[in-house]
Amino acid sequence: MRALALHLGLLAGLLALHFVLPAYHHGNLARVMVLASYGVGYNLLFGYAGLLSLGHALFFAAGMYGAGLMVQHGGLGAAGAFVVGVVVAAGVAAALALLALRTVGVGFMIVTLMFAQAGYLAILHFSEITGGDEGFVLPQAGRMLGSVDLSTPDARYLAALALFSVCLLVSLALVRAPFGRVLVAIRENEERVRMLGYDTQATKWVAMVLSGAISGAAGAGYAILFGYVGASFAEAQYSILPLLWVLLGGAGTVLGPFIGALFMFYLIDLASGVTSAHMLIAGVALVVLTLFAPQGIMGEVRRRLWRGLP
Amino acid sequence: MTALLQLRGLGRDFAGLRAVDAVDLDLAKGEVRALIGPNGAGKTTLVGMIAGRIAPSRGRVIFEGRDITRLPAHRRMRLGMAYTFQITSVFAGLSVAENVALAARRRVRGAALAEAVAAALGRVGLGDRAGQVAGDLAYGHQRLLEIAMGIAQRPRLLILDEPTQGLAEGEIEGFARLVRDLAGEVTILLIEHNMDVVMALAERITVMEAGRVLAEGTPAEIHANRAVQAAYLGGAGDAAAG
Repeated sequence: MRALALHLGLLAGLLALHFVLPAYHHGNLARVMVLASYGVGYNLLFGYAGLLSLGHALFFAAGMYGAGLMVQHGGLGAAGAFVVGVVVAAGVAAALALLALRTVGVGFMIVTLMFAQAGYLAILHFSEITGGDEGFVLPQAGRMLGSVDLSTPDARYLAALALFSVCLLVSLALVRAPFGRVLVAIRENEERVRMLGYDTQATKWVAMVLSGAISGAAGAGYAILFGYVGASFAEAQYSILPLLWVLLGGAGTVLGPFIGALFMFYLIDLASGVTSAHMLIAGVALVVLTLFAPQGIMGEVRRRLWRGLP
Repeated sequence: MTALLQLRGLGRDFAGLRAVDAVDLDLAKGEVRALIGPNGAGKTTLVGMIAGRIAPSRGRVIFEGRDITRLPAHRRMRLGMAYTFQITSVFAGLSVAENVALAARRRVRGAALAEAVAAALGRVGLGDRAGQVAGDLAYGHQRLLEIAMGIAQRPRLLILDEPTQGLAEGEIEGFARLVRDLAGEVTILLIEHNMDVVMALAERITVMEAGRVLAEGTPAEIHANRAVQAAYLGGAGDAAAG
């Protein structure tokens, strides 16, 4: 009950901020919410099931290109394109999971990294369709949800909030359900879970498909709300970012991805206002946090204040 | 058919080494069977093949008349087996109750789940520790939690791999009472080094040596068996029991 109140409270707070934030931060927060949705997807697999993927950019990009290409070449509106993006990402995750889950540990990291790289190169290779390196700007038709123009700041913020709310609450429900308990148990000791009669391979497969679908939803949302589809979102950097957000915010906590994404976004934002070596400041902050709060921010909250934090 | 479990010519090689040769074994419904033998005799490999953790090189495993040789471990557990690990492997980061709930959830959900968890914990005497984090429990209590998880699965065959290892005297007595209490409702296959425990609990004993079954019989028969004495009770037995 308290847990639900906390998460709904955060969403209510984000809604309230919509009315009071100055334009600059209003825009930033919309972006952070979409990125945090991506982090929520990543966290499901890494934080709960304990599977470290280095290829989630593939799912983010699958959602982004699935939605973007349907607008560009298929003439769909925002709603239809979004659904296609999610389905494509889930499909890509389902296929990759069949292969990648045959490996564990470092093998899993390498297989996911390689397939994401292959996806990135495929986007560059089929440049006539994908726009290659430069990507493409989404036509205005693809940014219309019925008669609502999602490219206006107000609609964009509220759409980002809606996307994040759904991802967050789905994640909360999943990890509190028996399914989530089994994921945590797999993270702790997979062999023991197997010997309790669970098909751990099937469970991990479902987790990876859900993780891919949520990541794809974030990718599709990003394309529609910010109007740009580009190959840079399929690069390795976009596989590392959600890992950093989740580690900073607290792996295996529902709120961790949001806190991590918010923290890192503003860290880089503030640092770049001070110096051109802003990544250096970001790096130092990461090291400090890793030293003093190895469980991440929400992980530390769980350890010190609230052990039952989901 | 009264046999719950039948092994026929079951064997396993590891890189040319014959860990288990060709074991035939019949386990009757409701019996408490001890599996003993010196270290390296192939006991853990044999139960690993029964539980599905290790694929056999030859032979068959038949559970309740059904050939399960090719079934993966989780399917065997669902058919009515439970396996407790030699090395304590509870979920250290989860609560005691959640550990047992994970074991019980394959069978029951909802209100019945809480009952099943409470019943299993009460059975092993951990009822007042349900809310504790499993990793914070004392070693002996973690072993009991393992057994509570086995009970919560409500198996027809419970495989206990060296359950008294590392337990204190008083804890071993408590464990023996628990097994006697369970005998009759569930068939138990017990791998055990502590000969006092084996002699006190087992209805029949199977002795393994070098991957083969050396002898099988009641505790009295095994006690009187010269081959067993020579191979096991004489030399390695003292060391293992001590």
